[in-house]
Amino acid sequence: MLTKRIIPCLDVKDGRVVKGVSFVNLRDAGDPVHVAQVYDREGADELCFLDITASHEKRNTILDVVVRTAEQVFMPLTVGGGIRTLEDIRRLLEAGADKVSINTAAVQEPEFVKAAATRFGSQCIVVAIDAKRASECEGDVEGWEVFTHGGRNRTGLDAIRWAQRMMDFGAGEILLTSMDQDGTKDGYDLPLTAAISDAVTIPVIASGGAGTLQHLHEAFTLGKADAVLAASIFHFQTYSIGQAKTFLSEQGIPMRPGTVPVSIG
Amino acid sequence: MIAIIDYGMGNLRSVQKGFERVGHTAVITRESEVIDRASHVVLPGVGAFGDCMANVTRYGLVDPIHRAIQVGKPFLGICVGFQLLFTESEEFGCHKGLGLLPGKVKAIPRTKDTASSYKIPHMGWNTIHIEKPAPPLATIDQESYVYFVHSYFVELGDQDLVSTQTAYGLSFVSSVWKDNIFGTQFHPEKSQAVGLQVLKNFGEWQ
Repeated sequence: MLTKRIIPCLDVKDGRVVKGVSFVNLRDAGDPVHVAQVYDREGADELCFLDITASHEKRNTILDVVVRTAEQVFMPLTVGGGIRTLEDIRRLLEAGADKVSINTAAVQEPEFVKAAATRFGSQCIVVAIDAKRASECEGDVEGWEVFTHGGRNRTGLDAIRWAQRMMDFGAGEILLTSMDQDGTKDGYDLPLTAAISDAVTIPVIASGGAGTLQHLHEAFTLGKADAVLAASIFHFQTYSIGQAKTFLSEQGIPMRPGTVPVSIG
Repeated sequence: MIAIIDYGMGNLRSVQKGFERVGHTAVITRESEVIDRASHVVLPGVGAFGDCMANVTRYGLVDPIHRAIQVGKPFLGICVGFQLLFTESEEFGCHKGLGLLPGKVKAIPRTKDTASSYKIPHMGWNTIHIEKPAPPLATIDQESYVYFVHSYFVELGDQDLVSTQTAYGLSFVSSVWKDNIFGTQFHPEKSQAVGLQVLKNFGEWQ
């Protein structure tokens, strides 16, 4: 049986992990490769790097991180952040990424997703959607609206219709982040996740709001997600991947077994 | 030395690093002389079947692949590289494959049930049910988890080729074995310890 996936996500800036990863016994918690190795050993199902490098000159630092990661861990790796051209994608895939996640560039130029899927295959094109519950007084969108630039810029796009369009354009997967829930640790936006998951026939990764193992469980059951992305609950070792997998398995969610936490360094 | 055939499609570094991790020497190449000299040959691949086959042909790799198989070198096809071994594919029109094994590559059916329960691509970790352990699977436990990402599957023309089956709505062939040919729909280079063991075994296969 196909199992549900748990995907830890690291924010990487100038080649270093940011937004505090605090692993005990880890020699260099700022090195994405070290952190990737820990998650690999704990049985994470995939890894995600979100590159938030701002300066143009340092954009290549992520390529080096990907190269070094692909030499150490043998699991699927998704890289997102600032991808705007087919050449950006080619270089990441060549460095060792398996999938790339496209966000703002998809909104600005939807045909870019089609071109990328045609050139590299749908299996490696993830479209990231940042969605916010529409407020009653503003905007034309009911339900959820797509935002870009980390939730700052509204697009006027309905998140459900946008997800369907991206699927039609060749996206192989949707990475769905609730801007309302992100950082709250109050749980995923389950109605949003379920609505998108019902609307598309490609896998949906739920993101934003995980604070407890119960939240992961709800994302799979009520949210109908195929995978969950989480950062802080794993980075701060609130729970290990192995603990999460054991808990979810016991709750009847199909899971590939994790392993006991191993420290390296 | 293991030759990983580079025909311009996909991430070959992971395959090469996987072999190196388990102590095998592997080179990425599209030179027929290098493929001819190799002890083992790997045909990886991601992307659309038609594009992959067109590139294999354009780079003059059809003959070296046939030669490697004819002389009995252990041969590994991965994902689309596995699908290319068969007669034909219906992905984006009909395309002829290498025709080394009988079978047809078809879309995973989108039944009504598929829309709700079975997302396409089939993406993630699923188990392999070993029916006939090909030598690279010799030390692999029954029902081990491996990583898949594909929207098409192989309908075999000869059921004797089945090495493993995997269930995803339908039961499909997740690896085949015939003489010196081993092909996997899954990605050993992305399947952590289980996958590395498969690569190790393949490199030791005589």
